[in-house]
Amino acid sequence: MARSVTTSRRITFTIIAWVIALILFFPILWTIITSFKSEGDAIAFPPVFLNFHWTLDSYREVQERSDYLLHVWNSAAISFGSTLIALLISIPAAWAMAFNPGKRTKDILMWMLSTKMMPAVAVLVPFYLAFKNLGLLDTKLGLIIILTMMNLPIIVWMLYSYFKEIPGEILEAARMDGATLGKEIVYVLAPMAVPGIASTVLLNIILSWNEAFWTLNLSASLAAPLSTFIASYSSPEGLFWAKLSAASTLAIGPILVMGWFSQKQLVRGLTFGAVK
Amino acid sequence: MATMQMRTTARAMMAPAVILLLVWMAVPLAATLYYSFQNYTLLNPVVSFAGLDNYYYFITDPNFGAAVLNTIYLVGGVLLITVVGGLFLALLIDQPIFGQGIVRILVISPFFVMPTVAALVWKNMLMNPIYGIFAWLLSLVGLPPIDFLAQIPLLSIILIVAWQWLPFATLILLTALQSLDGEQMEAAEMDGAGVVSRFIYLVLPHLSRAITVVILIETIFLLGVFAEILVTTNGGPGTASTNLPFLVYTQALLNFDVGSASAGGIIAVVVANIVAFFLMRIIGKNLEA
Repeated sequence: MARSVTTSRRITFTIIAWVIALILFFPILWTIITSFKSEGDAIAFPPVFLNFHWTLDSYREVQERSDYLLHVWNSAAISFGSTLIALLISIPAAWAMAFNPGKRTKDILMWMLSTKMMPAVAVLVPFYLAFKNLGLLDTKLGLIIILTMMNLPIIVWMLYSYFKEIPGEILEAARMDGATLGKEIVYVLAPMAVPGIASTVLLNIILSWNEAFWTLNLSASLAAPLSTFIASYSSPEGLFWAKLSAASTLAIGPILVMGWFSQKQLVRGLTFGAVK
Repeated sequence: MATMQMRTTARAMMAPAVILLLVWMAVPLAATLYYSFQNYTLLNPVVSFAGLDNYYYFITDPNFGAAVLNTIYLVGGVLLITVVGGLFLALLIDQPIFGQGIVRILVISPFFVMPTVAALVWKNMLMNPIYGIFAWLLSLVGLPPIDFLAQIPLLSIILIVAWQWLPFATLILLTALQSLDGEQMEAAEMDGAGVVSRFIYLVLPHLSRAITVVILIETIFLLGVFAEILVTTNGGPGTASTNLPFLVYTQALLNFDVGSASAGGIIAVVVANIVAFFLMRIIGKNLEA
């Protein structure tokens, strides 16, 4: 906006915005600060903000619990695995819909979206029973299958909306020059679509990493990702806030940073292109 | 323009995604529907036809009424906070403020915190009646501490969930706000339109679709709030913070009553479909443009 704004007004808005932003960010900041405290300082009352003995003990203890890295690995395997498999199924579908749309393409897209509207609880019982019978309870494979299907509609939609922006004439030109379909996709479409595919991957890793319905209900220990592992701190066995904070900081850190880089894609992905 | 051959190829490329989703959607839903008409508990291997009994028992269970009300309060409360708050925040961040990028990052961060972490951090470090930050803030102004999750469990959960979803509303409304035509605003200003009338006659109509999208998408996710309840109150005290998904979970995995839980699941589908119907119409309209 090119309108001149008085400096005093600008400063007032700046102060209000920063105060609100810091209040909203405080729970995260407080978690990070607490993770550097001893358990004693963590429950000090009145709370100590910065003037305490900073220590990495909680991180050390969390790491030393032999199973912590297992849960990190589970989270990574489940979120990356499900995103990649869904991507492999979605790219051809999105290609077909964007460049060779038929009469029913729109209906198919809408129908795919509608599967996202199905509440998870409605199918909890059959999945739980089927997983129990198939020995898939508390396995990474089971969770990867569930999250792949959960992500599929969003991935198809996002890829479709990115592919739509690539002019189809370029693909046609490649075809005229004798490129096969495989070559067309790998050498012509893929390089142009890389930014879109990367954003799609980013958003879906974030969504899978934070998923907390299926992971809580279908995993217990062996395949438990971080969301389930952290939930185990809810048992009232004692106040281990420093350790809870350290584990939480490690669990949300990477995703937080990824999230900051995916703001634009987030809007597009989560509104299915209704707001750009 | 597409040749016959291309059409066939296109169909083949779509087939895996379409077939997998079809199976994914139809089979479990059919299973739930089937179970909902059976007397089936995991404790008793004998399964028999139940007719509509499961629906009758699920709906007449006093917990059902409480869960429906709690679901409505939860969805409504969070929507109220996030839409009004998000509108205010989006308008504020859209102003030419110093450090806009950082403010934006700070505001959207809670959205990326996994639900179990968000709920536990709030439950312990903020809401704990003895050591929590809120207890300390209350003590500063001479008030007694509040045992949030015991005294006002549902309101506490609404606060936690609203904190997670406020960034979503803000981000989407901000994106929509930034596509507002600056020249139109300037013209209105030159014609003597004040801040309030510009907001009512220009900004709000421009944002109306984004606001609708926020409300509908949030509603779909909020109807399914689960983790936040599981790790904070476990639905209690009593059923004070039990919503529909949590009630189904209790029936299925704690009471092992497959039939009744399935009936609850089908009821949840009906509720979600009513919301989905309106959302799909809006997105469908957008697809034509």
